[in-house]
Amino acid sequence: MPDDRELRSTGSGQTLPTDTFPGQAAVDEMVVMRQEPAPETDEALARRPLGLLFWLALGWVGLVVLLAVIANLLPLPNPNLQNYAAINVGPSLHHLLGTDDLGRDLLSRIIYGARVSLVVGFGAVGIGMAIGGTLGLISGFRGGKLDIVLNAASFVILAFPAIVAVIAIVAFWGQTLAKITIIIGVATIPVLFRVVRASSLAYANRDFVVAARTLGATSTRIVFKEILPNVIPVAVAFGLIAVAGVIVLEGSLAFLGLSVALPTPSWGNIISEGTSNGNLSTNPYILMWPALAMFLLLLSINLIGDRLRQRFDVREGLL
Amino acid sequence: MIRPTAGRGNAGTLHFPDVSDLADPLLEVEDLVTSFRTTRGTVHAVDRVSLTVNRGQTLGVVGESGSGKTVLSRSIMGLLPARDVLRSGTVRFAGHDLTAMEPAQLRQVWGAQLSMIFQDPMTALNPVVRIGRQITESLRLHLKMDRKEATATAIELLRSVGIPSPEQRIRSYPFQLSGGMRQRVMIAIALACAPRLVLADEPTTGLDVTVQAQILDLLAAMQQERHMAVILVTHDLGVVAKRADDIAVMYAGRIVERAPTRTLFAHTRMPYTRALMDSIPRLSDPSGTRLRAIGGRPPDLIHPPTGCRFSPRCPYVQDKCREADPPLRTAGSPDHLFACWFPLVDGVPSGPSGSGQPVTLTTNGAPNNAVEAPAS
Amino acid sequence: MLAYLAKRLGQLVVVGFIISILVFLLVHLLPGDPTVVILGPNDTAHNRALLLAQLGLNKPLYQQYWIWISHVFSGNLGESYVTHESVGHIIATGFPIDLELIIVSQVVAFAVAIPLALFTARRPNRPVDNVATTGTFGLLALPPFVIAPVFVAVFAVALKWFPATGYTSFTTDPATNIHDMILPGLALTAASIAVYYRLLRSDLISTLQEDFITMARSKGLSNRYIMMRHAFRPSTFSLMAAAGVNIGALLAGTFIVEYLFAMNGLGYSIVVAVQQRDYLVIQGIALVVAIAYVVLQFIVDFLFTVVDPRVTRE
Repeated sequence: MPDDRELRSTGSGQTLPTDTFPGQAAVDEMVVMRQEPAPETDEALARRPLGLLFWLALGWVGLVVLLAVIANLLPLPNPNLQNYAAINVGPSLHHLLGTDDLGRDLLSRIIYGARVSLVVGFGAVGIGMAIGGTLGLISGFRGGKLDIVLNAASFVILAFPAIVAVIAIVAFWGQTLAKITIIIGVATIPVLFRVVRASSLAYANRDFVVAARTLGATSTRIVFKEILPNVIPVAVAFGLIAVAGVIVLEGSLAFLGLSVALPTPSWGNIISEGTSNGNLSTNPYILMWPALAMFLLLLSINLIGDRLRQRFDVREGLL
Repeated sequence: MIRPTAGRGNAGTLHFPDVSDLADPLLEVEDLVTSFRTTRGTVHAVDRVSLTVNRGQTLGVVGESGSGKTVLSRSIMGLLPARDVLRSGTVRFAGHDLTAMEPAQLRQVWGAQLSMIFQDPMTALNPVVRIGRQITESLRLHLKMDRKEATATAIELLRSVGIPSPEQRIRSYPFQLSGGMRQRVMIAIALACAPRLVLADEPTTGLDVTVQAQILDLLAAMQQERHMAVILVTHDLGVVAKRADDIAVMYAGRIVERAPTRTLFAHTRMPYTRALMDSIPRLSDPSGTRLRAIGGRPPDLIHPPTGCRFSPRCPYVQDKCREADPPLRTAGSPDHLFACWFPLVDGVPSGPSGSGQPVTLTTNGAPNNAVEAPAS
Repeated sequence: MLAYLAKRLGQLVVVGFIISILVFLLVHLLPGDPTVVILGPNDTAHNRALLLAQLGLNKPLYQQYWIWISHVFSGNLGESYVTHESVGHIIATGFPIDLELIIVSQVVAFAVAIPLALFTARRPNRPVDNVATTGTFGLLALPPFVIAPVFVAVFAVALKWFPATGYTSFTTDPATNIHDMILPGLALTAASIAVYYRLLRSDLISTLQEDFITMARSKGLSNRYIMMRHAFRPSTFSLMAAAGVNIGALLAGTFIVEYLFAMNGLGYSIVVAVQQRDYLVIQGIALVVAIAYVVLQFIVDFLFTVVDPRVTRE
């Protein structure tokens, strides 16, 4: 897409005086495009390399995922092992991040806790994308009654206080990792539906799709060959931002004791433990480490998502 | 409410002498070059353009899309962004050098002495601001009017550009007006502070043909009444033929022919100008006559053709045209300039190979040595 | 414009009606038994059946809905199974707390985000812009459950500048009230600042490319005036839409800070009600939050028509 303009800049205006066709030629166009403050727009950013920050962020997310996956293989004490001989120990060689008020190793709790954030974050968005994304793709492409109904439904559901519903359902149905992932996953369906639908709709009306239709291509073929490849980047970029949102939601639930049942560690419930029993004054590490871990993970995921969004030239306000 | 202000930076008040005290020319552009840095390379959108406009007169700037005429008009005003745009040359306006001015000084000139009519009133009028305020903000800024005065003046302005019931219209938003009405509003805005020079950039391109004539007549009437000078930028030679005192033809960022209107039409030298004229549809043509379009397309300004830039499209092209760039020179009269190795004489190419006799033509700047190209 | 607003209002009434059904179904389809909450786990089946009949919970769902919604329209939201406090009263005491938290956090968010965006949009990719844009990423990564405990640890426990918990109503003691509000309010504001700043900056940058901005410059108007008068308003659409969604999410999303600072707002009440299986309280608060959300959307729609007169044309 960014190349469109460059292609146009050499052609157009074969005859005179036909200035009335839409899209002026090279220079006139450049003026329109380059008004003050001549900023580096998202389009310009799209062509820049992804940048060091992006790779650092990706590296951090990769490291967290890796540690969470191989946690069992690491020389870590059991995250729930209470060692009364080593209560509220500061960071040391023995306990790299120290221990909490029950003598549990904080590094181990944080690495195991990452599993919860990651599984819920990616799992829920996976569920939401599989259902909401598929519906959005079809709805945006097909249009018609189906689209009207689904679109209206998504509006109504979005007006529903999702947080209340999630809290209530989690509390009543059960606090297991799988159930929480499913509940939050279902809650993300309407938002992901809207994002993918908007993008699918935009491409369904592009010239190349219209051309493919006129040439008699089947719907399935158009969806897979023309629309899906264009929608996927948008879905990935927004999906990552949604992952960050879901991790926040899970953390909030865990903070309230409404995520996975104790004593399974998750970053939200470690933070919560850090604020209770006077730990804030006696051992601020219990709060600090998971807060820092959460901050860095969210920062990294948002950075990656935003950078991809720019690269794929998606407007920020699409949601 | 925020009062329109000229902004920070005390530039001091610029002095502009009365119109009648001014020596001609009002505007003198010399060797203006404007280039953009792009990802593909540098575009010389305006290349060594010189022109003059006298008080109360009209200069038509004609060229097809991409000839640099829009950039030229914005470059004269100094409206182009400082970043990525390189500008050299001088623009002297009413005794001041615009290219040497601070932004705060320019803002005293813009709107007050020198104003601009944009091509598309739909995009150039702020969609969410009532048209009344789009007029009054200049009045309040430059003429220091209070709100009541400014509103009354705005109503008068709207009336003078032919907007019916302006007292109500002043409360309208641009989308509530027709295209022609919007362009009238734009003219009212441009004329609000009685500027000496108005740059009209394709003021009628987006309008119906019948409305086009109305708008141009209106502009001419206002010009007469206020004794302002106008630079009328257009792709349509027909538009300026009857309205301009002088015409400058632009091609690929350069002026390729410049002359008083009558001379230009009577003694066209440049094949490109000829082609532009031929592409104007005429009522006298028998119906069914094909319009004569210019073949080919405008050159890429990042990698312009060597030699004469029109050479790839010129029907009379010769080897010399592809090798060397023709300078602007005069012929016939000192105010007729053109850039062509083999200028047309009575519609037929002349020059060394054409007539067999060397033509003594001088380059720009030595008009006294001008010699009429020999008639064949 | 009135026709447009009437149409939107009509749509929102329909949405509100559907939502009331969803709220009702949500609570009634939840697993669990309210009689266990009221009678304890060891009572007889007979007593349970009696209680169900007494509460009307043995009737078909549509009848129960009808009874509930007609009570709602007469202002009766029922009472808590646990404390026997009226739900209306819980909401009446809780809602002002949420409202104040939202107002404090949003006023701060706008007061920071708007001037910052106006400043940086004119000078994109200069140092200030880069710092601000990177900084907002940091803010996005600080959800209330992370930043609020850190605030408490630093400003309440270590520095002792603010109370760690508690809420004094504004009418009792305005100074203490505002003092109590600062930490929870700021904890809620971080993400809002980031979202508002980024949207407004990006929209301003594209508005500044418009012809009408060049036109305004050609009139000799100052950059400041152009930013305020010509560029700002047409750039506020995404901002307003996002604010609508964001404030809507805060309506029930204040529960973290309310829980941490022990303030009896709606968010806190709903968490407590969920933990106690207090069905009518959940149902009542969920309904109020949903209706407030719908009203909020209507306000945003109305603001759209104020900012851009073209909206009403459709």
